[in-house]
Amino acid sequence: MKNRSSAILAAASGVMLVITLYLTFLWVPMERTMGVVQRIFYFHVPPFFVAGAAILAGLVASIRFLITRDYRFDDLAVSAIEVGWVFDSINLVMGPFWARPVWGIWWTWDARLTSAFVLWLMFAGYLILRRAVDDPSARAVMCSVVVIFQAVGGVIVYMANRWWRTQHPQPVMGGGQGSGLDPRMWYVFLFSLATMLVLFGALLQTRRRLERLRREIDGLRRTVHSEA
Amino acid sequence: MDVLRGTFIIAFKDLRVELRSKEVINAALSFALVILLLFSFAFDPSAEETREISGGLLWLVFIFAGILVLNRSFARETVNDCLDGLVASPLSGAPILLGKAVSNTVLLLVLELVTLPIFGIFYNVRWTVGLGWLLLVLLLGTWGLTVVGTLFSALTVNVSLREAMLPLLVFPITLPILMAAVQLTTTLFSGEPIAPDMVWLRVLIGCDIIFTVLAGALVESVLVG
Repeated sequence: MKNRSSAILAAASGVMLVITLYLTFLWVPMERTMGVVQRIFYFHVPPFFVAGAAILAGLVASIRFLITRDYRFDDLAVSAIEVGWVFDSINLVMGPFWARPVWGIWWTWDARLTSAFVLWLMFAGYLILRRAVDDPSARAVMCSVVVIFQAVGGVIVYMANRWWRTQHPQPVMGGGQGSGLDPRMWYVFLFSLATMLVLFGALLQTRRRLERLRREIDGLRRTVHSEA
Repeated sequence: MDVLRGTFIIAFKDLRVELRSKEVINAALSFALVILLLFSFAFDPSAEETREISGGLLWLVFIFAGILVLNRSFARETVNDCLDGLVASPLSGAPILLGKAVSNTVLLLVLELVTLPIFGIFYNVRWTVGLGWLLLVLLLGTWGLTVVGTLFSALTVNVSLREAMLPLLVFPITLPILMAAVQLTTTLFSGEPIAPDMVWLRVLIGCDIIFTVLAGALVESVLVG
């Protein structure tokens, strides 16, 4: 059942990705000042929204795990965070390619960039911690606690970063991309966002299934060892 | 009331252990001095910009030395299964966490108060200008770091790669505390009025409250499972 839904999602995301590529490179009008570079926008911003949705899903799943101790929520949490980490990586890698021609620099410690990088580090810390613990029940509890702290810390980091940088204004941030978008640009952006969310769903379902199978194998192995 | 008493019992126990063994404080202090030395190679200590980055430098010293203290906080309880004894004792999780956080904060504050004058001498920073405010910032910043750090010290105590895991997890989460503390400390060192930076003091207090409540709520899951 779950297998089928992930297959449908995967097929849908494949079709939608092709459409997104068409829209991005052939259909949407050229941006006047930035030129062709601006088209990265449609592949750069949506993954960040997906990463945000991922940590939200991870947070909710972790809280529910701590309450119910149902390991399916632990599966969901790790799947969301791992896939979210990939999307955050895409966002982080694409950004500099846009920033170099437009801002003249690869990176600046601006509020959004810093937050995205901190989020990436938090995801990475979570995934490394997961690999460092063998006991499945201890691992699930520890990781849930970590996600809760990271989500709260992440929100405060974002807020604090805004105040932090308002004291040291960054000239490069003048006139954000959001100011006065052509409606067609909005359509492509929203379609790309939908595509990324469907892709996220497909990967999430597959990853959850993998985690469930892993857990089952781990349990069977333990049973065998205890009987031997 | 019980929580308060338990907190003091644990805090005094830990401080007494530290006073007798001086296991952590000597190592952390020496480490802080080593970092101070390394800074002198990273930039020209006499430069005027030193004052502008002095708050950040000082807090880097504090958090790196602080991680040593935090790493030992629960690691020392693994010998002779002391941690199991603590968990099995009539105390609940909150006093254990708060007691250890208090003792870690005291240790770190001692370290900070020793490092501060040395930093002032080495890098020609006037740290006595707003000493009252500075002490408040040190206290609030250190408490926020240690309360998260202590919980994560309990969390990572049985993890392989513990020494690397703790900073990897704690630093990104406590970033807002660091940002606020760095900003306030730099302002105080430069001798400017602190009034425009009041928002950072509120960030610091807010973070302390949020993280203390969160750590208190989750410590039972961490210790008992």
